[in-house]
Amino acid sequence: MSMPKKIKRNYMLNLLGVLLLFFALFALFETGVLGSRSSYFMGIATTACYTIIMVTSLNLLVGILGEFSLGHAGFMSVGAYASAIVTNALADQKIPTFGLFLIALLAGGVAAGIMGVLVGIPTLKLRGDYLAIVTVAFAEIIRVAFTNFQITGGGRVMSGIAKLSNFYWVFWVTVICVTVMYLFIRSRFGRTVKAIREDYIAAEASGVNVTFYKVMTFTISAFFAGIAGSIYAHYMTAMIPTSFNFNYSAEFLTEVIIGGTGSMTGSIIGAAFLSALPEAMRTFAKYRMLGYSVVLVLIMIFRPGGIFGTWEFSLGRALDRLTGKSKKEVPENE
Amino acid sequence: MSILIQSIVNGLNQGAIYALIALGYTMVYGILRMINFAHGDFIMVGAYTMFYTVPLMVSYGMPAWLAVVAAVAVCTAVGVLVERIAYKPVRNSGSISALITALAMSLFLENLAMVLFGGNPKTVTKIFDLPMIEVFGAKIQMKYLLTLGIGLAIMVALTLFVRMTKLGKAMRAVPQDREAATIVGINVDRIITITFAIGSALAAVAAMMYVSTYPRCTTDMGSMMGIKAFIAAVLGGIGVIPGAMLGGIIVGLIEILVKVYLAPGWYEAITYGILIVVLLIKPSGILGKNTGEKV
Repeated sequence: MSMPKKIKRNYMLNLLGVLLLFFALFALFETGVLGSRSSYFMGIATTACYTIIMVTSLNLLVGILGEFSLGHAGFMSVGAYASAIVTNALADQKIPTFGLFLIALLAGGVAAGIMGVLVGIPTLKLRGDYLAIVTVAFAEIIRVAFTNFQITGGGRVMSGIAKLSNFYWVFWVTVICVTVMYLFIRSRFGRTVKAIREDYIAAEASGVNVTFYKVMTFTISAFFAGIAGSIYAHYMTAMIPTSFNFNYSAEFLTEVIIGGTGSMTGSIIGAAFLSALPEAMRTFAKYRMLGYSVVLVLIMIFRPGGIFGTWEFSLGRALDRLTGKSKKEVPENE
Repeated sequence: MSILIQSIVNGLNQGAIYALIALGYTMVYGILRMINFAHGDFIMVGAYTMFYTVPLMVSYGMPAWLAVVAAVAVCTAVGVLVERIAYKPVRNSGSISALITALAMSLFLENLAMVLFGGNPKTVTKIFDLPMIEVFGAKIQMKYLLTLGIGLAIMVALTLFVRMTKLGKAMRAVPQDREAATIVGINVDRIITITFAIGSALAAVAAMMYVSTYPRCTTDMGSMMGIKAFIAAVLGGIGVIPGAMLGGIIVGLIEILVKVYLAPGWYEAITYGILIVVLLIKPSGILGKNTGEKV
């Protein structure tokens, strides 16, 4: 079997899988099986979607570039506030809702992307823990700035943002974002970034422009975090800078790690599971975070690579195995 | 003029508290190359211990500050337990694992405190009853000067300890070459535990200083203070003991002076901005040594 044919088949299978998931959720929400709780579950699903974008975009940094950011919520807040300002300004222009939603996503993504360039520049000199601290510093500066600017609420809640994030749109935005990021990892660009992660000196010696690739990866990661931010803003319709604090950033990083650094599958499942968990365990709210931290420590001790490691789920491969077509396929490592 | 003097003394007080916390970060980072995010929460543990022990001390007719002995004991025990149970098993699995474990322990301590003590802030009984003095018309709290004095004394003692004693020499040897240190008969595990014990004990002292300035404890008081103290440690040059003191004082002074003179809402942003600039100019911090990288 020639490779392109197999890849094409896998793309079709994945599209089919996503469509099936979409219609399953659509049926669940629209047929009234859930009764009055339908919109509540839709809210959880929306939260899961933007968390998935956040976690996968952070995984670009952690898993592919090998640098960890502890300020990803900062990028998210830039996207959230920028898009909210833009849609507020365009409120009277009679733009169709869907158009306004797309403008919001673009505005959030671009604003966060510009911030990504700024944060990306220090990465040229710093690595590891030092870089992590610089990302914390940037996120905190952003938070303080939004607390002080009048246009972002001046320290109070910024409310009255148009409710544009409808779950069905958000679902497809998430699918597109994750696909683009996946293709990015698989591309020549992604492989170059991995080479930098493994040995940046060797990569540089082979003629790779390390500076460009590092800043570019930060920019792309921030761009998607910005998109997640604009979904957040137009879903919540009211927000305050303190929600995008250090703990929120740390939460995204732990979700990446629990799922598995470098595994998109891990990020998606980890994000979806962990954003639904607080709702599911509401009655144990007091002990939930306690349990969560214990689980986190146990994972670090017994499975430091995360639950999924670098493993990726493939619908094609799973079907092959089910139908007994290929029993001994070597698992793909990266 | 009097406002300036008052602000400087306030800044030095704040700085000395940060410095005491930063010492704990710097010692652990110096030996393990790991950011102990739970260190800030050791202060919270110390503060809650003080909340419960200060009234006890007072009721038995003893000076209130003796409660710090209990705080030191509790913090040291917590620090050593955290190191033994959570950090030791992940010591060889890379820096990201260590960082996540530290974040998890920080979460654990905060939420344990939430379960044990509840979410409402607690007010700590007054610890020092010291007069105010007037210098050039500025009213200066004696306890602020005391904090600064304690901070300096601890820094000097720690520097001497690390330079002069056999144990201190072992502590310097471990980060240089762990295997070689083992070969010459240094018990690396023991050294790391001692480092954590000292760092946590200092956190307890910092907790006393903190609650004597701001007599409130909340379960999340440690996390933000911890990050600022860590920034102080990085600013001064992480792994260098005088660097922690210098960084702490700088961060404290900047915070108070910016708050009073420049822009009250922006003081945190300015501290972080200075950190970024310093790291870009000199990644190893103000007093840190630049180490080249080998190919």
